[in-house]
Amino acid sequence: MQRLIYMDHAATTPVSPEVLEVMLPYFSQKYGNPSSVYSLAQEARQAIEAARQTCAEVLGASSREIIFDSGGTESDNTAIKGAVFALQEQGKHIITSAIEHHAVLETCRSLEKLGFEVTYLPVDKHGLVKVEDVEKAITDKTTLITIMLANNEVGTIEPIAEIGQVVKQARKKLPNLVFHTDAVQGAGALDLNVDKLGVDMLSLAAHKFYGPKGMGLLYVRRGVPFMSQQRGGSQERNRRAGTENVPGIVGMAEALKLAEEKRSAYVEHCSKLRDRLIRGVATMEQSFLTGHPVLRLANNASFCFEYVEGESILLSLDFEGVAASSGSACTSASLEASHVLTAMGIPEEVAHSSIRFTLGWDNTEEDMDYVLRILPGIVKRLRAMSPLTAEAKKNV
Amino acid sequence: MYSPLVMEHFRNPRNVGELLDADGVGQVGNPVCGDVMKMMIKVEKDRIVNIKFQTFGCGAAIATSSIATEMVKGKTLGEAMELSNKAVAEALGGLPATKMHCSNLAADGIHKAIEDYKSKRETKKA
Repeated sequence: MQRLIYMDHAATTPVSPEVLEVMLPYFSQKYGNPSSVYSLAQEARQAIEAARQTCAEVLGASSREIIFDSGGTESDNTAIKGAVFALQEQGKHIITSAIEHHAVLETCRSLEKLGFEVTYLPVDKHGLVKVEDVEKAITDKTTLITIMLANNEVGTIEPIAEIGQVVKQARKKLPNLVFHTDAVQGAGALDLNVDKLGVDMLSLAAHKFYGPKGMGLLYVRRGVPFMSQQRGGSQERNRRAGTENVPGIVGMAEALKLAEEKRSAYVEHCSKLRDRLIRGVATMEQSFLTGHPVLRLANNASFCFEYVEGESILLSLDFEGVAASSGSACTSASLEASHVLTAMGIPEEVAHSSIRFTLGWDNTEEDMDYVLRILPGIVKRLRAMSPLTAEAKKNV
Repeated sequence: MYSPLVMEHFRNPRNVGELLDADGVGQVGNPVCGDVMKMMIKVEKDRIVNIKFQTFGCGAAIATSSIATEMVKGKTLGEAMELSNKAVAEALGGLPATKMHCSNLAADGIHKAIEDYKSKRETKKA
């Protein structure tokens, strides 16, 4: 069996050896509950507070502004609900984009059922949110704006810093306006400094940057109205109850620290490979890149291959040892084509033919060349089987 | 996710192609949903003597098309009309629950091709 060529890093990443190493003692040796009094527990307490400080430094924030939780989804849920419930006397209008992750969209939809009004901003054909659209959407009832830092499907990088400036201006009339960003896809690739981004809240998920699954963090700027969503004990300064996932926290901090240290090397490594792949696919017929050609994540190469369905391409790639993903309906639990691609104006029948390759540290030039060798044959075989190919030829 | 038999039919689908002189054609599904199956049959003396398919869709869609054509080739039209989605899925060793709709399409496509053949014959007679 040949080596796996893993090209789905946006879905998840392996825990790196350094991260695993720092986590291990906290499972069965330094296993104390950080809230307990005795030394064993205090050791764990110190470890998580050191981890907190590490994470805060990467974000340019202070320790008290970091909440540890179970991942990106919880962070998004908590950020949105935490802000809008705290501010609901002032207003019940939320602004977000049509291409957010489901964790944001589903939270917003559930809030609509509770009487909140949500504006889902459109995006252009590259998946970019227009800063002017955000500005125009703000009303005197707006309490929260949530826009992702970079899109997980097509890699488009959103103008968060510019939106931050708009929010700063808007705060002259709406002092409590909160700006959140789902930065889950940005860690390790983009600058997460919260002041540069101009954000009040920010979500991260460890398993996207070589840390463990089931672990994330939410940054909440000091002074921002916030209502805790998970009640119980007094952990995380009463902002998120529950015994802390000590090994997870320690691991995430190490992973975040490493991701930030290696950021420029990572961007260089991945973008070289990404561009090689993009150049190669550009020579294939009826195949095109999705997302912004320039403002895109270093590791994201996403395409549509017309007349062929995404899952069938993925299965064929899997036989050849390549792991990737798709925005087709058949690959989604909801049996709907990707909302990101359709929001970008890509017709549903074409959205079903999408493939996403997201690269990482373990990928090489040889991997890209291998994929470029096998992909044309895979697409050709499936196109020969497809009734859409013949129809398209007739319509020419 | 898929049984070995589904994967076998996906990798080596039977009866892929076009019948330019088909006696009946049945196309089901639509590109918007992500599944399109086209079944083409040649009929002699009430039997399906040849059948080809083309499919735009996932692994299950291709596999169900492939095995469905095998299941009706050589059968009478009556027998082919009896082909059920359940039988197609069972023949493949089962399908994940979310993929059962693909097996619907394969059987439907064949039924539609048979209807098309019958209505063409009616037109000829008339």
